[in-house]
Amino acid sequence: MTDVLTPVLTANWGDERAWTLEAYTARGGYRALDKALTMDPDAIIEEVKDAGLRGRGGAGFPTGMKWGFIPQDNPKPKYLVVNADESEPGTCKDIPLMMANPHVLVEGVIIASRAIRANHAFIYVRGEVLHVIRRLRAAVREAYEAGHLGRDIHGSGYDLDLIVHAGAGAYICGEETALLDSLEGRRGQPRLRPPFPAVAGLYASPTVVNNVESVASVPGIIAGGADWFASMGTEKSKGHGIFSLSGHVARPGQYEAPLGITLRELLELGGGMRPGSELKFWTPGGSSTPILTAEHLDIPLDFESVGEAGSMLGTRALQVFDQTTSVVRAVLRWTEFYKHESCGKCTPCREGTWWLVQTLRRLDEGQGRPGDIELLLDLCDNILGRAFCALGDGATSPITSAIQYFREEFEAGMTTPSRELFPPSASTLFAKEGAR
Amino acid sequence: MTVTEPGSTDTTPVELITLTIDDVEVSVPKGTLVIRAAELIGTEIPRFCDHPLLAPVGACRQCLVEVPDAGNGRPMPKPQASCTLEASPGMVVRTQVTSPVAKKAQEGILEFLLANHPLDCPVCDKGGECPLQNQSLSHGAAESRFVETKRLFPKPINLSAQVLLDRERCVLCQRCTRFQSEIAGDPFIALLERGAQQQIGIAEDVPFGSYFAGNTIQICPVGALTSADYRFRSRPFDLVSVPSVTEHDSSGAAIRVDHRRGKVMRRLAGDDPEVNEEWITDKDRFAFTWSRQADRLTTPLVRNPQTGELEPTSWPGALAVAARGLAAAAGKAVLTGGRLTVEDAYAYAKFARVALGTNNIDFRARAVSKEESDFLAAHVAGTPVDVSHVGLEHAETIVLVGLEPEDENGTLFLRLRKAAVRRGVRIVAIGTHATRGLAKMDGHLVQVAPGKEPEALAGLELGARSVILAGERLATSPGALSAVVAKAKDSGARWAWVPRRAGDRSALDAGCLPNLLPGGRPVASAEARADVAAAWGVPSLPDAAGLDTEAIIAAARSGELGALVVGGVEVDDLPDPAAAREALRSVDFLVSLEVRHSDVTALADVVLPVAPPVEKAGTFINWEGRIRPFDKVLADSAALPDVRVLAGIAEELGRPIDVRTPEQAFIEWRELGPWDGKRATFRARKQATAKGAASKVVLDTWKLLIDDGRLQDGADTYKQTAREPVLRASAATLAAHGVEPGGPATITGPAGSATFTAEVADLPEGVVWAPTNSGVHLGAALGIGHGGRVSLSGGEDK
Repeated sequence: MTDVLTPVLTANWGDERAWTLEAYTARGGYRALDKALTMDPDAIIEEVKDAGLRGRGGAGFPTGMKWGFIPQDNPKPKYLVVNADESEPGTCKDIPLMMANPHVLVEGVIIASRAIRANHAFIYVRGEVLHVIRRLRAAVREAYEAGHLGRDIHGSGYDLDLIVHAGAGAYICGEETALLDSLEGRRGQPRLRPPFPAVAGLYASPTVVNNVESVASVPGIIAGGADWFASMGTEKSKGHGIFSLSGHVARPGQYEAPLGITLRELLELGGGMRPGSELKFWTPGGSSTPILTAEHLDIPLDFESVGEAGSMLGTRALQVFDQTTSVVRAVLRWTEFYKHESCGKCTPCREGTWWLVQTLRRLDEGQGRPGDIELLLDLCDNILGRAFCALGDGATSPITSAIQYFREEFEAGMTTPSRELFPPSASTLFAKEGAR
Repeated sequence: MTVTEPGSTDTTPVELITLTIDDVEVSVPKGTLVIRAAELIGTEIPRFCDHPLLAPVGACRQCLVEVPDAGNGRPMPKPQASCTLEASPGMVVRTQVTSPVAKKAQEGILEFLLANHPLDCPVCDKGGECPLQNQSLSHGAAESRFVETKRLFPKPINLSAQVLLDRERCVLCQRCTRFQSEIAGDPFIALLERGAQQQIGIAEDVPFGSYFAGNTIQICPVGALTSADYRFRSRPFDLVSVPSVTEHDSSGAAIRVDHRRGKVMRRLAGDDPEVNEEWITDKDRFAFTWSRQADRLTTPLVRNPQTGELEPTSWPGALAVAARGLAAAAGKAVLTGGRLTVEDAYAYAKFARVALGTNNIDFRARAVSKEESDFLAAHVAGTPVDVSHVGLEHAETIVLVGLEPEDENGTLFLRLRKAAVRRGVRIVAIGTHATRGLAKMDGHLVQVAPGKEPEALAGLELGARSVILAGERLATSPGALSAVVAKAKDSGARWAWVPRRAGDRSALDAGCLPNLLPGGRPVASAEARADVAAAWGVPSLPDAAGLDTEAIIAAARSGELGALVVGGVEVDDLPDPAAAREALRSVDFLVSLEVRHSDVTALADVVLPVAPPVEKAGTFINWEGRIRPFDKVLADSAALPDVRVLAGIAEELGRPIDVRTPEQAFIEWRELGPWDGKRATFRARKQATAKGAASKVVLDTWKLLIDDGRLQDGADTYKQTAREPVLRASAATLAAHGVEPGGPATITGPAGSATFTAEVADLPEGVVWAPTNSGVHLGAALGIGHGGRVSLSGGEDK
């Protein structure tokens, strides 16, 4: 069964001191860079387009196409910004990747920057993960010392400076325009679009904002070729991706596999559910993607199939919950997160999440009122597609999908607290007994 | 609300695009936002954050509409904020009028806004004129579904002494913060925190120190920002609103005066795209209680020769005494002050010539020069609008000389800043240092000491699309106005004279100068005199050149003048206040027309109370030359305008001036019209060579916007927002005179000294700057004004 895995970014995680330049180079690291430096920048973009790499941050926008949007006749400097503000509940792929294999990201940054003809690149890392920031900075320092960054890289005449920037702890700064404002030193709130970052991004200059995993996938594409990359995955969702299995599974962790793998296969790789557990619901890509249930175990985890099932592939953060979990409580926790992280700029997200939490809390306490479910659905309807950015939309996903699949649990919230129906102790990962 | 479009002076055709809104086709200029396009077909899409003079932000989401066709045949998947959506050809838009989706989206947003909004409308200042209240009434649900806990904040908090914030009422539309950063350039308020805890706030220990802060109160779409003065004072539906014009500077800014039972409760910005758009200064907004102070004159007063005291008298009695005194005096002159309407100024101009038979009249209560009189006569008086507020936006370079617009003409400052920030116009200031105002306009400084303006002007490289704005302080710099004229001639640049006071240009066009009759007619021209004499029905007008302000004071002091008629003049503003006081004491007969007791009424033989602008109709002519008429706001006031009082004296003298009301005066002045004959000629002067002891420093000074001027009396909270008075000089200058930065610095002139806190700034060697009338009036304290030489020392005034 392990042959379904395609470790590329994760291949060296088990190596001794995998994060060092020495270990990375020993495995052939930075050879893709040498190749890329001999290529025409447009040829790099074409290669990435041909590979069919789609954004690994959740939205799945074709990466090569995004690079192609950068107007090269614009006299302003071009910038590459790596979005490493990984903050979504459940999502945990970029941070271990940067911990274990920072140089693949650095190499990807250099190649991507050259493709879009940027001389400055930034990695915007969420501020809470100080250990990752340190490791990235160490890797960048090593790369400078080895001549992979700085002036006249490998004698090619190409210059690039890479800055690792720490955020200050706001989920909204994972939204690319809020990230740019934050990087400029302003309050992190999403910007009006248009203009899009490709035209007026960082410092009003053409900017590409890419997810960590997207950029880290680039050296492999350059070294192995577009065909190699495209040989993995499905017709429209090509390549490998890190699937983060968490929750009530026997062996949670990072599983790098071709897009299109199913949760059933991943669960098998992960040793199945924990003893005594049955799958109740799961998220395909973090808390902002509508939840799915056991009936969706065989859906190929690619952008199209998950979309058809009414959810989104997102960041492939597979949070798995068993029958001990109260869906009302889980949804309340997620919604509290959105309320806490709403930036406050637009009305529906700011006020709506505040209201949703109070209504959900009532249901969680068994003190729901008649009409509360309809109220929740209507509030979600008034937020979804009305908010300034996707944060508000994401906040509604768990609620509407949970009511769709588990309405009776919300109805029970009119009379019975969730802690009585689903004692929290049974849900903990260290619980002796998974099932009652 | 209206928008000033650059098109008003452009002749380039506007590209129109056609879209369909609620099944109605409408053509709008390319770039028009859908929310604005909908207004053209009569549909008001509800909104809070949108403001036509601020950049779109799309924060409140109240203006959502459905777009079934984006113009490319495809629908937009989500409702769109119409305040950020540009109309495109073939676009189909459905608003709340025809789209259930848009209607529900808007209702949903409104419900969210109300979830955390307190239900305190009955005690809220905004209640009755509140967009949120209006919309809840027209679009909102009668019952709230929100039964949970509302977000609570302590309230109110002071953003400044004047502006208070109620964070519970705030809907976070960001109009206030956007105004402050985009328009005023004073980003002292900002969003803090996030989510439902997001709030407007100020930096710790940095108060909201902006001259334009009051505008945020007006554009707040809820009652979150309130004025400390107006809070809980009245209900909008009890107020009577009258459009008017500011009396505080020469901008002619449109204001709205709200009054109740004979008392002005507040003033707001009027909406005039050609002049002030929708913004006014805090002075225009908050300084209106000066005319109802305890020292307001209510009856005519005549000095009792026995007791020496002023005693209340009847109007006929007082007019008769005034006429008798004037008739008896040999040598007469008139000082009108710069606060008059054109109607009142015209009455003074006619009164001086017809009733007193003299050309001794001057409106300038400040340092004057012959060069300036000639310049005004030759180039300014009676000329039509040339350089305009809107036109400034289309200039290439604007040169400011002898003018600090942020302090002296805030409305002009905002337009200059807009020109610089939005349209990239280059602003160049000729002055001693880069002020905060100049920095906000991203302007360049051409640094000169006072008196060196002519050489700086001569050295400028200017294109033909440039504008020179010359302030009134140039009267103290010999050759400066000549240099303006010369530079304009050689570069093709246009220029304008920007005086400080609201009535300066009115008085000039009415003929309140020794060398000028109304409409720019030169006294020296027999033809012009004959023209005016014919219009006035008198055989002739005095042909001898009159005395200007300085000469009048000198003549009165030496006993050459027997009588003076003085309008609204502050003695301390005159070039040498001590000499002026002596002059007022020296004349045999002094008539004062004033609103309130003053240094002049204290010495006058007859005091005749006149109406402040709020109690009379009239017209100011602003610096552009634009006619700015206003009605009487307080209709029940019986106070008389100056024109009526002067007519009474003239009748008693047996030499009537034939106009008794502002209406009559305006018609007669208008019929006389501008002079179409030969204008006065102007002879260029040269820059003076610097004189004076090298141990002294040159004084640069002007009046701060918020200072101790009498027209700001009573506005106490407003005055607390004034800038700290400091003395500025370079570090070297301070060191050379033993002054510690941050410590006391004393400047001393012939009359005495004044002490300020010293602040290091980029002034030239040997030059200091201090505010004219903040805490101490420099004219009175030093006996010397702008451009004068003073000694500088450390330590307190001894």
